Amino acid sequence: MANAEHNNSGQPWQQALYKILRDAGVDHACYVPDAGHSELINLYENDSTTTANVLTTEEEGIAIATGAWLGGRRSVLLMQSSGVGNCINMLSLPVLSQTPLLMLVTMRGEWGEFNPWQVPMGKATQPALEAIGLTVLRADDTDSLLATVSQATLMTYSANQQIAVLMGQRLLGEKKW
Amino acid sequence: MTSYTLDRRETINTLLAERKDTLVVTGLGSPTYDVHAAGDRDDNYYLWGAMGGAALTGLGLAQAQPDKHVLVITGDGEMLMAYGAMATIAVAAPSNLDIVVLDNQHYGETGMQPSHTGQGIDFAKVAAASGFSETATVSSNDDLQVLNKNIYQKASGPRLFVIKVKAENLPRSLPPRDATFIKNRFRRHLGLEVC
Repeated sequence: MANAEHNNSGQPWQQALYKILRDAGVDHACYVPDAGHSELINLYENDSTTTANVLTTEEEGIAIATGAWLGGRRSVLLMQSSGVGNCINMLSLPVLSQTPLLMLVTMRGEWGEFNPWQVPMGKATQPALEAIGLTVLRADDTDSLLATVSQATLMTYSANQQIAVLMGQRLLGEKKW
Repeated sequence: MTSYTLDRRETINTLLAERKDTLVVTGLGSPTYDVHAAGDRDDNYYLWGAMGGAALTGLGLAQAQPDKHVLVITGDGEMLMAYGAMATIAVAAPSNLDIVVLDNQHYGETGMQPSHTGQGIDFAKVAAASGFSETATVSSNDDLQVLNKNIYQKASGPRLFVIKVKAENLPRSLPPRDATFIKNRFRRHLGLEVC
């Protein structure tokens, strides 16, 4: 489960990230649990003015976010890099319909990774997203993350772009056992 | 295998006749053609791909438009790819989302290969076990009349109805394949900004 990983809960940058998203009107979220997103998930789950959906697999969130936009709501999709591979065909939907999509992807398999099973999808994350047509941005420190997400909300919801922000494993720290 | 007699086009024509301002999302393949054949409308959102995405697009729409009734019309093959979606929708528990599975027990678009639903997989039972507020399987005209009334009544949670239809490929009735046009037309219908 989420808390067994990374140990990031309660870090102030996650609250700052939430404020950026809420200020941009993003009041809807979908997620497959991940330690790097744990505080953001808590904030979306425990706010009476937001809607949060826990998913069984990441591609569900692509369709939900598309439906939310159709009905006038801004959604953010939270996942780990291992989930990106599950999303590829479903991404045809926002890409082809030019529907805004913002994915925040915590990276595994690239920095201080102890688990070799995370490495192949970690390596494939950015090329796979770019191959299906997403714009991929990346942040490896918290200041850069906040600035990147802030401008990505504008590009996503005002310019109808499909954007994945990769949150580097260096930013998240190595997994504690 | 049991053979079913309901005609999918007549079924959808009858089902949608009373829809009023219900928003409709369709799953790729025959359900998209069936809904288009019943009359193209601005408040139809047709999927031509993204298999497994229909019910969940409906969920997002239902959460964004809580005062509107959202009806997803899809097929057994498309819904099989969204098996986990039944868990996600049951947990989300919107009371304005209904899913109709037009179940011909085959993959009609690809050569009528048998699907799981003719081999023991029962969506109504799966949805009920997952926590949907109401589920049923309909295979006769009489049952269909009951469903047509029931589906536009207020529900207490998400509902899923399986309609067993005859396995046949009818002449295609093709909505626009321009996904951006369909999106913008739909949003404009709801009074939302289009880019």
